[in-house]
Amino acid sequence: MAILDSKIPDGSLETKWSNYKSHIKLVNPSNKRKLEIIVIGTGLAGSSAAASLAELGYKVKAYCYQDSPRRAHSIAAQGGINSAKNYKNDGDSVYRLFYDTVKGGDFRSREANVYRLAEVSTAIIDQCVAQGVPFAREYGGLLDNRSFGGAQVSRTFYARGQTGQQLLLGAYSALSRQIGLGNVQMFNRHEMVELVVIDGKARGIIARNLTNGKLERHFGHAVVLATGGYGNVFFLSTNAMGCNVTAAWKAHKKGAFFANPCYTQIHPTCIPVSGDYQSKLTLMSESLRNDGRVWVPKKQGDKRKPIDIPEDERDYYLERKYPSFGNLAPRDISSRAAKEACDDGRGVGESGLAVYLDFADAIKRLGKDVIEARYGNLFDMYKHITNEDPYQVPMRIYPAVHYTMGGIWVDYNLMTTVPGLYATGECNFSDHGANRLGASALMQGLADGYFVLPYTIGDYLSGEIFTKAIPTDHPAFLEAEKQAKERIDKLLSIKGKKSVDDFHKALGKIMWEYCGMARNAEGLAKAKQMVRQLRDEFWKDVKVTGEADELNVDLEKAGRVADFMELGELMIDDALDRNESCGAHFRVEYQEEGEAKRNDEKYAYVAAWEHKGVGENSVLHKEQLVFENVHFATRSYK
Amino acid sequence: MKFNLKIWRQKNASTPGKIVDYSIDNINEHMSFLEMMDVLNEQLIHKGEPPVAYDHDCREGICGMCSMHINGRPHGPLAATTTCQLYMRNFKDGETIYIEPFRANSFPVIRDLVVDRSAFDRIMQAGGFVSVNTGSVQDANNIPVNKQHADLAMDAAACIGCGACVAACKNSSASLFVSAKISQLALLPQGQVEAKERVLAMVNQMDEEGFGSCTNTGACEAECPKEISISNIARMNREYYIASLT
Ligand SMILES: Cc1cc2nc3c(=O)[nH]c(=O)nc-3n(C[C@H](O)[C@H](O)[C@H](O)COP(=O)(O)OP(=O)(O)OC[C@H]3O[C@@H](n4cnc5c(N)ncnc54)[C@H](O)[C@@H]3O)c2cc1C
Ligand code: FES
Repeated sequence: MAILDSKIPDGSLETKWSNYKSHIKLVNPSNKRKLEIIVIGTGLAGSSAAASLAELGYKVKAYCYQDSPRRAHSIAAQGGINSAKNYKNDGDSVYRLFYDTVKGGDFRSREANVYRLAEVSTAIIDQCVAQGVPFAREYGGLLDNRSFGGAQVSRTFYARGQTGQQLLLGAYSALSRQIGLGNVQMFNRHEMVELVVIDGKARGIIARNLTNGKLERHFGHAVVLATGGYGNVFFLSTNAMGCNVTAAWKAHKKGAFFANPCYTQIHPTCIPVSGDYQSKLTLMSESLRNDGRVWVPKKQGDKRKPIDIPEDERDYYLERKYPSFGNLAPRDISSRAAKEACDDGRGVGESGLAVYLDFADAIKRLGKDVIEARYGNLFDMYKHITNEDPYQVPMRIYPAVHYTMGGIWVDYNLMTTVPGLYATGECNFSDHGANRLGASALMQGLADGYFVLPYTIGDYLSGEIFTKAIPTDHPAFLEAEKQAKERIDKLLSIKGKKSVDDFHKALGKIMWEYCGMARNAEGLAKAKQMVRQLRDEFWKDVKVTGEADELNVDLEKAGRVADFMELGELMIDDALDRNESCGAHFRVEYQEEGEAKRNDEKYAYVAAWEHKGVGENSVLHKEQLVFENVHFATRSYK
Repeated sequence: MKFNLKIWRQKNASTPGKIVDYSIDNINEHMSFLEMMDVLNEQLIHKGEPPVAYDHDCREGICGMCSMHINGRPHGPLAATTTCQLYMRNFKDGETIYIEPFRANSFPVIRDLVVDRSAFDRIMQAGGFVSVNTGSVQDANNIPVNKQHADLAMDAAACIGCGACVAACKNSSASLFVSAKISQLALLPQGQVEAKERVLAMVNQMDEEGFGSCTNTGACEAECPKEISISNIARMNREYYIASLT
C-alpha cells in the first residue's frame, strides 16, 4: 500500500519555500535539452508551465483539445486575481492572504502549500505586467485593485471583466514565443486518452488526434496534467462545454490518487435554468452582491410580480440570517440559503428555482447612472440572455456548479502518487481546502505553472538524465494504445437507443440532487446505486454515431461522459465518508443552528482515493492535516 | 417556433461539401442558437445520423471558438455578438436559416462547420509577445502606464481570435486580428522595445499564410463581436512603415 508523503520541507512556514528552493537538485543546461516534458492543457496552469519549462531549456510538448491553446477555459474568468502586493497599503501581507485562504477553505488545506501560494502571488503580477497584460490602472498610471468576494483588503487585480482572458493571453503569448523558437511542440485538437506508465514511472501518453481520429503515442520523461476541473460531471455548470475529467481520470486509474473529490464549489449568482434544453449556465459576477439585495416572498407559492409584493411580505433572508455580512455572505453559505428558500416553496420565476437579486434600493440611493457605471456590462449581459431589464425588474439568480476544489492528489512538489506525473491548476487538489476564495484560482494556476513546477520538477528530472527517450513501440505504449482503441471500438459498437447527452443529463440530475449543495447519508447511498445502474445501462444502451477515424464530436463526448460516470461514484463515496460539514461540503446531518459543523478531531484529513477497478470500492488513504501556525476556528458570518 | 435550416455538410477536408436541408420544430424562443443546434443534433443522433460538427466551448462569447456564418454573416445577424450569444428570439418564426462555415482560403474546412484557424496561432508565434522570461522581471508598479493608453491597449486586447474579421472581408484579410495585438503591445511601454521587429515579423507571417490585403472596406470592424476598432489597422500600418524605413 502506498503511503502518502506530502514532502513538506522542514523549517518555519516563512522560510520553507526559499530554503527548499535553494537546496533543490538542479539539472544542467546541456542535460535539460535531452529531457522531454509532456504538458497536457494550455489554460493558465498549462501554458505558464509549458512556456517556463521551455525557457529553462527542456524539450516540451503541449496539448489541448481546442483548436488553439488560447481557448482554454481559463479565458472565461471574469473577476480578477489575488496577490499580496499590498499596493493599497491597507494592511495586506503574505501572511494575511495565507490565513484568509486557509480559513476560507475551512481548515482543510495544507499550510505549507497555501503559504507558498501567497508568497509567490506577488511575482505573478510582476510577470504578467512585463508580458503586457493590460490590467486596470489608476490615473497616476499605477495598478488598480478592488476587494473581491468579501475580503477585507483590496488585493484583487483585474482587467475589466475579462481578467482570465488577459492572463491567459499573456501566458499564451509566452507559450507562442517558445513554440516559435522551436522549444515547444504544440498539439492542438489532441485529447489525452491514456497515460503510459513504465516501471512505475509516468513515461508518456496516448492522445487522440481529434481532427482525424488517429491514436498517437508520445513519450516524455515526465508528464504534467493541467487539465482543469470536473464540474461538468453535473451536466450543467459554468464550465465550458468541453471541460472534462478524462486525462485526470485515466491517470487515476493508472495509480494517481484522487483527493477530496466531493468538494465542489457552487456559485450563488448564476442565471437560472430556463428549460430542459439548457446546455450550460452563465455566471453573473459576484460583485453584484455589493449593491443588490437578495430576497424571496415570505409566502410559499407567491406568484405575484415582484413589484406587486409589498416590502413587509418580502424575506431578505441573507440580511436576516447573517446580519453582519448580509448579502455578502460567502459563496457556500449564500448558495445554501438560496436552495433552502426554494426548497421551502418560496422560489421565484417559472421553475420556482430562483431568487431575486434586486437593485431597486441601490438605484434609488445612488441613481441609475452610478449603477450603470458599476455594472453596466453585467446588466447588458443579463438582459441579452434573459430578455429582462434588470434596471426595471429584479434579476433572478440561482446557484450553479462552478469550481472543483478536489482533484489529483499531489505532494509539495506537485507530484502525484505516480512518480514523474505532476498535476497543476484546478486539476490538482491543493491549496483551496473545502472552499475556494474568489480570485484565487487564477492565482493558483499561474503560481503552479510559473513559479513552483519549474523548480520542483528539476528535483525529479535530475535523476533522469541518463534515461534515454523510450521508443514508442515499447510494449507499455502498445498496451495503452490498445486499451484506448478497445474502448473507442466498444463505444461505437453498442449502437443502443439513448444518446450520450441523455446519459449525461441523467447523471447530472443524480449528482445535483444527491451530491450537490446539501447531502445526506441516505441520499448518497441511494445515489451510488443509481450511478452504478446508469453506468451499466450506458455501456449497454448508448448510441454513438460515426466512425473512430474521423472528426467525431459524438465520440469525443461519449468518452468524456463514460469517465464522468466513474468519477460520479467516487465523489459520492467521498461525500459519504466525510461525516462532517466543511466548506462547500454540507451534510445535513452535521449542522448546528443551520450552519455547517466541522469535526476537526476526526476529519482534519485529505481523503486520497486509490482506484481498485470500476465497480470495486476505492481505497481511502488519509493525509492528516497538521496546523502549526493557525488555530482551528469556526467560520461565523452571523 | 419552427425553422428551415440549410446547413453546410462536409465529411472531411478532401471531400466536397454541400448544403443539406433540415426542418426543426418546437423551438423555444429562449433557447440559444447553439442549443437549437444541440436539439437538431440530438434528433440526428437518435436517427443514427452523424451530428453536425461545429466548434464551440465557453458559450459565453469569450473563448472565440464558435465560428459559424449565419445567413451570410459571421456570427449571424446581431452586432457585437458571437454565435453562442444568439438566441432564437433573434430570428423569425418559420424563417429559413443558412448555416455555413467561415469562408477563407487560409481557414480550410475540416468538417461541416469546423475550420482550421491555426494560421492565427502561427502569426502570434512570429511575434505576438514581449520577450521576457519567467522570473526575470521588475516590480509591476515600476512600469507606470498612462491610463488612457492602458485603456486603449485593453480595447485592442479584447480580441477573441475568432476569425470573423477574416470571414467578413472580401479579401480575407487578417489585418484587424493582427493589428489588435500589435496595437496592444505598441501602446504599452513593455511592448515598445521590440515594436519594430514585432510588426515586421507578424505582418510577414500574415502574408505568408495567404491572407489578403486590407482595402479599408470596414467589414471586419462591423462584424467583429468585440467591436475591435479599425483604427488599430491604421496604427499597425504606421508602425509597419516606421519599422520598414528605419
Ligand atoms: C465562469 C467562470 C469564471 C471564473 N472566474 C474566476 C475569477 O474571476 N477568478 C479566479 O481566480 N478564478 C475564476 N474561475 C476559476 C478559474 O477560471 C479556473 O479554475 C482556472 O482558470 C483553471 O485553469 P486551469 O489552467 O487549471 O484549467 P483550464 O483553463 O480549464 O484549462 C484546461 C486545459 O486542459 C486541456 N484539456 C482538458 N482535458 C484534456 C484532455 N483530455 N486532453 C488534452 N487536453 C485537455 C484543455 O484543452 C485546456 O487547455 C472562474 C471559472 C469560471 C467557470
Ligand atoms: S463558444 Fe466561446 S465564444 Fe462562442
